Amino acid sequence: MKPVIEIHNITKTYHVGEIDVHALNGVDLTVGAGEFVAVMGASGSGKSTLMNLIGCLDEPTSGEYDLDGVRVSSLSRDAYADIRNQKIGFVFQGFNLLPRTSALENVELPLFYDRQKRISDPRKAAQEALERMGLDDRMDHEPNQLSGGQQQRVALARALVNQPSILLADEPTGNLDSRTSVDVMSVFQELNDQGMTILLVTHEKDISHYTRRIVEMKDGRILNDTPVRSRLIAREVLESLKGVEECCN
Amino acid sequence: MLQLTNLFKAAFRSILKNRMRSLLTSLGIIIGVSAVIVMVGVGAGSQKQIADQINSLGTNMILIMPSWSRMGGVSRGAGSFNRLKMSDTEAIREQATLVRYVSSIVFSGGQVIAGGKNWNTSIHGVDPDYRQIRSWDLTSGIFFTERDVRTRKKVAILGATVQKELYGDTDPIGDRIRIRNTPFTVIGVLKEKGQDARGQDQDDVILAPSTTVLYRLKGDNFINMIQASAVSLDKIDLAQNELAGILRVEHAIDYGQEDDFMIRNQAEITEMASETSRIMTLLLGAVAAVSLVVGGIGIMNIMLVSVTERTREIGIRMSVGARGSDILSQFLLEAVVLSLTGGIAGILLSAAIAFGLNQWSTVYTVIRPTIVILSFTFSGAVGVFFGFYPARKAARLNPIDALRYE
Ligand SMILES: Nc1ncnc2c1ncn2[C@@H]1O[C@H](COP(=O)(O)OP(=O)(O)OP(=O)(O)O)[C@@H](O)[C@H]1O
Ligand SMILES: [Mg+2]
Repeated sequence: MKPVIEIHNITKTYHVGEIDVHALNGVDLTVGAGEFVAVMGASGSGKSTLMNLIGCLDEPTSGEYDLDGVRVSSLSRDAYADIRNQKIGFVFQGFNLLPRTSALENVELPLFYDRQKRISDPRKAAQEALERMGLDDRMDHEPNQLSGGQQQRVALARALVNQPSILLADEPTGNLDSRTSVDVMSVFQELNDQGMTILLVTHEKDISHYTRRIVEMKDGRILNDTPVRSRLIAREVLESLKGVEECCN
Repeated sequence: MLQLTNLFKAAFRSILKNRMRSLLTSLGIIIGVSAVIVMVGVGAGSQKQIADQINSLGTNMILIMPSWSRMGGVSRGAGSFNRLKMSDTEAIREQATLVRYVSSIVFSGGQVIAGGKNWNTSIHGVDPDYRQIRSWDLTSGIFFTERDVRTRKKVAILGATVQKELYGDTDPIGDRIRIRNTPFTVIGVLKEKGQDARGQDQDDVILAPSTTVLYRLKGDNFINMIQASAVSLDKIDLAQNELAGILRVEHAIDYGQEDDFMIRNQAEITEMASETSRIMTLLLGAVAAVSLVVGGIGIMNIMLVSVTERTREIGIRMSVGARGSDILSQFLLEAVVLSLTGGIAGILLSAAIAFGLNQWSTVYTVIRPTIVILSFTFSGAVGVFFGFYPARKAARLNPIDALRYE
């Protein structure tokens, strides 16, 4: 399996007044193409910090990061921006949608900055991405007119619209009920089956069982790194949920 | 950089989406620009009016009036001892080398009858030089001559107002009129001069030879004043001294004694007037500068208040792949569009106000292109700077820091 993400001894230190906060304390991690990884750990253990570094949204204090065999820590800011645009889809813990801007325009945004023009019809691509998330009838709604779960799905559509090879999601199911969470996981599994590399942060044990590998963090370090043995298949779970609904309602 | 059309689209979308912010930003610029243009315009207008009025007095003019001050400790009663005579004018005319024109002035007034109409007006007895001193042209007829003055000829030149009141549209030249029951022949009509600095109608006057007015109408020996015109503006002080010397000899004033006359020149009058208008312009300029600064602060406030939100927006855009240059171009474009529309609206507004003032009020405004350009550039620069500067700061952050900005 070809490695996509290779992280070696990465640290991230924040200076808050006199105190140094070591958010990441020497992390080594290799993720191969087509892997599906769950990052778990207590609050404040450094999960988001790690995801932001992998997503090229932030720079590490020290250590090496290779993405697709390229040493990104040595690249220019513009190259960073292009990597975010071309290779990475990112779903934030707090959505980060543009206010007073329709769902459709929000989803279109990454294509707006696509210099390669890989997608000929941005509007259509954005519509399709939203339809895939079941938001056909919410395209013209602005973020404050959408529920938390709907906003989450708009953010997911935006992350997927530029057809990234890596999807990074920081608690994508944090605001969803269990049924919708499984819906989202089935989308993730489908994408993974098509070859997309996915990393997601989650607190929920059962969500992590839809992935193939669980990385557990503690105090800015990786504590455990274990493959998932009894993997759940979202489609099957959905079927059985449907069965339960049919029998008991 | 991205395609320009895309950047324009982003800028316009953002302006329209944040209507209130856009409006307030433009408003700051509109008020700044129009306030400055109008206020400096009012200052410039009044300056021009004063300058026009002074010029209408004539060029290089020197005024000599009898002095009512004490002489040798004895107070002379007002009017009882008027010490300017025709011979003084003659002496100046013969001896002065720094004076080009000189004229006695005799003030009188009264009823004028022409045909069936009559009109009460001022009669000024003057010499032919008066025309050059006041640079006052005729619309028809001729001015009287030295000979007319010598022979105390009963000829009259009508001011534009008098001609209008007595004759309307018909030609008065050659007609006979009666001034205080003395018959005169009309030989000319003066060009309209308008109001003087105190708002008095300068055209409500009849000019006649000084001797005629003094001896035939007034039956007096003293003239009211002497007006002279120096050979040039820079010689005006020398000319004034020369005239004083001539008059002191004429009036036999001993060394150490005070003059029994007063000499004022146009430079002094101009100085007084321009001093006032300079203070006024300075004041208006200060007010204008303040309003420009206030407008600028308004723009700054609005831009800075939205910095948090905009910084988050920049973070979002960068997180999906916008380069720093994309962000900067979009924000610069936004700021330029807002400043430009605000500036143009401000110029139009000030033009409308200036037009209204000139049309319906007594305030006269002159719009100065330099001020238009200056205020436009200044508020434009303020708008662009404060629209652009926070964006520049934000675009240098990591996306994640921009997203966290509070
Ligand atoms: N910008 C920052 N400045 C200072 N400290 C920070 C900053 N961002 C994160 N930290 C600190 O770094 C540590 C790791 O934060 P991080 O957001 O990665 O945690 P997390 O594992 O994602 O937690 P959660 O599950 O609550 O989202 C925390 O102790 C946090 O206080
Ligand atoms: Mg987190």
